[in-house]
Amino acid sequence: MSTTAPERPGTRGRAVVRLGPASGRLRWRQVLVPATVAVAVVLLGAVGLGRGDFPIGVGDVLRTLVGLGEDRQRFIVLELRAPRIVVGALVGLALGLAGALFQTFARNPLASPDVLGITQGASVGAVAAIVLGGTSGVGGLLGGLGVPLAALAGALATGLLLFVLAWRAGIDGYRLVLVGIALWAVASALTDWLLTRAEVFDATAAYVWITGSLNARTWDQAVPLAASLAVLVPAALATSRSLGVLQFGDDTARGLGVRLVRAQTGVVLIAVGLTAAAVAAAGPIAFVALIVPQIAVRLTGGSRPPLLTSGLLGAALVIGADLLTRTVLPTALPVGILTAAVGAPYLLWLLVRGRRSTS
Amino acid sequence: MTSLLDPVADGAGPVRLAAESVSLAYDDRVVVRDLDLQLTEGSLTVIVGPNGCGKSTLLRALGRLLRPARGQVTLDGRAIQQTPTREVAKVLGLLPQAPVAPEGLTVADLVARGRHPHQTWLRQWSRSDESAVAEALAWTDLTELADRPVDELSGGQRQRAWISMALAQGTDLLLLDEPTTYLDLSHQIDVLDLVERLHTERGRTVVVVLHDLNLAARYAQRLVAMKDGVLVASGTPAEVLTEDLLAEVFELEARVVPDPVAGTPMVVPVRRLR
Repeated sequence: MSTTAPERPGTRGRAVVRLGPASGRLRWRQVLVPATVAVAVVLLGAVGLGRGDFPIGVGDVLRTLVGLGEDRQRFIVLELRAPRIVVGALVGLALGLAGALFQTFARNPLASPDVLGITQGASVGAVAAIVLGGTSGVGGLLGGLGVPLAALAGALATGLLLFVLAWRAGIDGYRLVLVGIALWAVASALTDWLLTRAEVFDATAAYVWITGSLNARTWDQAVPLAASLAVLVPAALATSRSLGVLQFGDDTARGLGVRLVRAQTGVVLIAVGLTAAAVAAAGPIAFVALIVPQIAVRLTGGSRPPLLTSGLLGAALVIGADLLTRTVLPTALPVGILTAAVGAPYLLWLLVRGRRSTS
Repeated sequence: MTSLLDPVADGAGPVRLAAESVSLAYDDRVVVRDLDLQLTEGSLTVIVGPNGCGKSTLLRALGRLLRPARGQVTLDGRAIQQTPTREVAKVLGLLPQAPVAPEGLTVADLVARGRHPHQTWLRQWSRSDESAVAEALAWTDLTELADRPVDELSGGQRQRAWISMALAQGTDLLLLDEPTTYLDLSHQIDVLDLVERLHTERGRTVVVVLHDLNLAARYAQRLVAMKDGVLVASGTPAEVLTEDLLAEVFELEARVVPDPVAGTPMVVPVRRLR
């Protein structure tokens, strides 16, 4: 293996790696930033295992992890906190990746599953299951599915609708955003309509779900989420090469030999799948997919949100925000409220500054 | 004009790219009708015509971006729509009109993307990629600007960067759609000099769509004039750019005099004909 940084044009801050038939270029920031964020995720997770309403010391946490802890500590660490942290990290990873895929593909920092109506579609499914559960017809059917599956169905249905409606011999990023905003409006109207019909108890439950929460997550949510990400994350990372060319617009991308329809379909379906999996597990944790890719691209430099860094940063944001709501804030808020409180001003700043064009 | 309609214009060398009875349409709107054009190895062809005559549409079809409604485009004798797009991308490069680079992309990265058809998931930066990019940068005089973001360059430098990307792609054929759009005259000359050098020094077969008739006449080896989706004339600039043709194709009364510098025909407009 040879690692060289020759005095060649355009290789500043990069290493060229060649190993047998494989070769590639790495920018140091694209290695150092995700490595740092990954360490942060591990640290936040470790802190999260010990902190909460019943603080447990580092030594006890470690003893519990290797199977030597007391029963009460074992229950708190392994059954309450660990699945919550794992779900939080995976949800953040999925949302960060989905946001990076959509934003790069649409060449628009507004394109995220929040804005495109996919998470709203999940809300329709979940709220319908909560409110209409036990009744007859479609509502009863959704209620029978259970909230996570109903949310998954809502997100996938909206995502497919987005795909079909935005399709016109390929997908134009601008059109995708416009269609998505329209779908978002329809889905939020549906959610509101369902809430007005709800009993008070159901409405409260629905509201908690809509804000996105990691409360009472168990391994039952973590395992299916991990299984779907095991497929979707490698698939997402594999689109990186064609995304780099899709960024140039359809004609240039096709001129460079990209099979446009196949590449676009792949990117959109993977992003919809990631969003649906995340939302089914924890509800629509707001703005993570919108802000994380933009922060990631500013950290790593370059011309597009880095996929891996966006995912890791999403994980750090979600478990960090959850840790804050559990420890620092006086009442245990759903994590989605905190991410929205950070995300909404950021969105405004993005719109006001308007630096990145939509073209 | 019919004597100039011979599709095998310059006759030298094998035909690389050809439109065979091609009709082109967007949805139901027919833009190009039953057009034949053959482009031979090592030629430099400039396509001119009034706005909306279908010249850019024809170029898109030649670059397999638009599937003909009737007829076919062949690349080295093979139907281009049936050839894997990646194989086409190794032989034929194209530059759309006014391409936009993503913000923050450096010149070197833009040029490196030209290597996309030669790379695989495993082999993303081979030695030949590296040397092709370095050579393309040097050849377009951009080595000094390699680490600058494309969006910070001037219009002329930016267009050079895109041409450099097409050069790094290493294709024999190059299709350029109005590469001088939005540039001032000196940068138009700069870009067209570069295109001409691609043709003469690198032996590229080049097709350019241009607006400016005098520049077209100066740089074209072969000039093709279109009107209303039909090929009206084809030949050397002196054969094509006549006062009769200007009246017929551009509805322009004009005098054609020799360009005092190059000796090619130069159009001096008199007035618009109705």
